[in-house]
Amino acid sequence: MIKVDNITKTYGSGDMAFQALKGASFTIKEGEFVAIMGPSGSGKSTLMHILGCLDTPTSGSYFLDGKDVSTLDDESLADIRNEKIGFVFQAFNLLPRTTVLRNVMLPLVYAGVPEEEREKRATQALYAAGLTETHFTHKSNEISGGQVQRVAIARALVNNPSLILADEPTGNLDTKTGDIVLATFQKLNKEHGSTIVLITHEPDVAAYAERIITVRDGAIVSDVKNASQKIHAL
Amino acid sequence: MKLNDIFHETYTALSANKARSGLTILGIVIGISSVIAMVSIGTGASASISSRIESLGSNLIQITPGAQRTQGFGASGGRGNAKTLTTADAEAIAKEVANVAAVDAQVSGRYQVTAKGTNTNTSVTGVTSAYLSVRNVEVAEGTFITDAQNNSAAKVAVLGPTTRDDLFGADATDVVGKSVRIKGVEFKVVGITVAKGGTGFQNQDDIIFIPVKSAQRYFSGDQYLSTIAVQASTQEEMTQVQEDITTLLLSRHKISDPAQADFSAMNQNDILSTASSVTSTLTYLLAAIGSISLLVGGIGIMNMMLTTVTERTREIGLRKAIGAKKKDISTQFLAEAVALTVIGGVIGIALGWLIAYVVNLTGLVTTSVSLSSVILAFGVSAVTGIVFGYYPARRAANLNPIEAMRYE
Ligand SMILES: Nc1ncnc2c1ncn2[C@@H]1O[C@H](COP(=O)(O)OP(=O)(O)OP(=O)(O)O)[C@@H](O)[C@H]1O
Ligand SMILES: [Mg+2]
Repeated sequence: MIKVDNITKTYGSGDMAFQALKGASFTIKEGEFVAIMGPSGSGKSTLMHILGCLDTPTSGSYFLDGKDVSTLDDESLADIRNEKIGFVFQAFNLLPRTTVLRNVMLPLVYAGVPEEEREKRATQALYAAGLTETHFTHKSNEISGGQVQRVAIARALVNNPSLILADEPTGNLDTKTGDIVLATFQKLNKEHGSTIVLITHEPDVAAYAERIITVRDGAIVSDVKNASQKIHAL
Repeated sequence: MKLNDIFHETYTALSANKARSGLTILGIVIGISSVIAMVSIGTGASASISSRIESLGSNLIQITPGAQRTQGFGASGGRGNAKTLTTADAEAIAKEVANVAAVDAQVSGRYQVTAKGTNTNTSVTGVTSAYLSVRNVEVAEGTFITDAQNNSAAKVAVLGPTTRDDLFGADATDVVGKSVRIKGVEFKVVGITVAKGGTGFQNQDDIIFIPVKSAQRYFSGDQYLSTIAVQASTQEEMTQVQEDITTLLLSRHKISDPAQADFSAMNQNDILSTASSVTSTLTYLLAAIGSISLLVGGIGIMNMMLTTVTERTREIGLRKAIGAKKKDISTQFLAEAVALTVIGGVIGIALGWLIAYVVNLTGLVTTSVSLSSVILAFGVSAVTGIVFGYYPARRAANLNPIEAMRYE
């Protein structure tokens, strides 16, 4: 479902130009749980932005569900993000002063889904992300960090996206809550068949995935099956 | 995004910072209410000036002796000084000019007037019976001066209500039939006019009317007039009547060059148009003052929206990341700006109306809030929101989602 071919990304121009990605190629099949690993500054987030259609590659091609997205304009990219991709960011995931339920419904608001259906789907997604009804009416600043990440996962799920992208989703969490969040991803991957791309610089986190792609200085240095996938049940 | 969602987002955003939203709205309230109040005062003042000029009489043309002056109020300056108009002129106008409804010949002066034990100094005007219709005067008690009394130069007088109060006291009854002495000559009171109100320029209540022939015989001692007031049959004919009178009098006075005329004919419409041009300038000035406060209010909105966009940069980035289009973002921020101005507009209209009402109560000016000024103010407030909200909204919409989410 994802096929990137020799993509590069150059920030700036002239003397200030900096090549953050130097020709990465790989494919990810539907239902895979992949971790992208690498040290800080290696280009992981840059790659994730391109995979998430938040940015376009300087050269190379990117096919998502058979469609070449490297040539699309801003508005079409917004549509793809809304319909096909669910995001979990490292920080700042939820709108402040807004209830958990409303936060999860937001992608549906932009998709133009009718109001009654929104609530039904948001509730389902919240249950799937392991949250209970007591949290739904809380404001996003009234819940714990681990709960924030799980609400973000619920929001990433709510549109039934073909791809969930998570950029260091456990970066701000302690190991225990981090494990719960990662177990949630695993469950979604197993039970819903969601395609998940997890970005991290920690081997412990990458261990939850079934395949690990390692990036260094903007290039892919290894792409292996994770023989010792860590399984954690909720 | 659906309309419902736009309302929801706008409400959430504006209520998140109530003090700031309130102050921004206050700016618009002040702007809109001052536009409404100022315009209502301006139009009220013009209306009352026009109606006061119209109360002087309808379709009126005034001919006064003396050289032609610039049109407008200036012409009345030399009235009565030069002696060029005669009773014969007035009779000729009545006989020879077409479309004339009535002609009134007047001689006026200020004299000492006494009654039993009281005295006053007032305007004594010699008039004909035509005065009643020419000047829209009505009689409250008794009768007005008749043609027979005029022809016989009878010693009869009709008092204005203020003069009656001055001479006989406000609660006096049966004044008709009593006598007054004007410059020592005894006149019998035959009538009292209805109060017309009005102060300042030409008080029509502090006056004594006597037959014009009596005024000429007992006071001025000659055949000259201080004013000829002509009423045209219709408003459309006023210009023609004015021109015909000018032609007639020039030939009667044997003057070939109209610039050398020894009289001036003033059309009531000229006075009205001069007055209304003055008052409309006043209205524009007041509206301009109001508009400046509206502009300041608009800048307040822009300032608030720019601050909001900066504060919510990360939120905008997140919204765009999960699928909001440029249009969704710009609509959201534009809706906030328009909501601020519309709320401010509604309160401002109410407040402006209240100010106009209070000004009305003071009795200084009869203000009138016109529907058009309300619609205009409301339209302007909505446009202000769009104009001053557009730039911040566009700035928000054009943010790059990645950079916006990284913003600290
Ligand atoms: N907008 C930008 N302009 C210029 N250079 C950039 C920009 N974004 C990223 N870079 C550079 O590209 C390189 C890769 O950045 P990227 O954010 O992809 O790293 P990363 O692997 O996600 O690192 P980390 O683990 O610290 O998040 C870095 O050297 C960074 O300085
Ligand atoms: Mg990163």
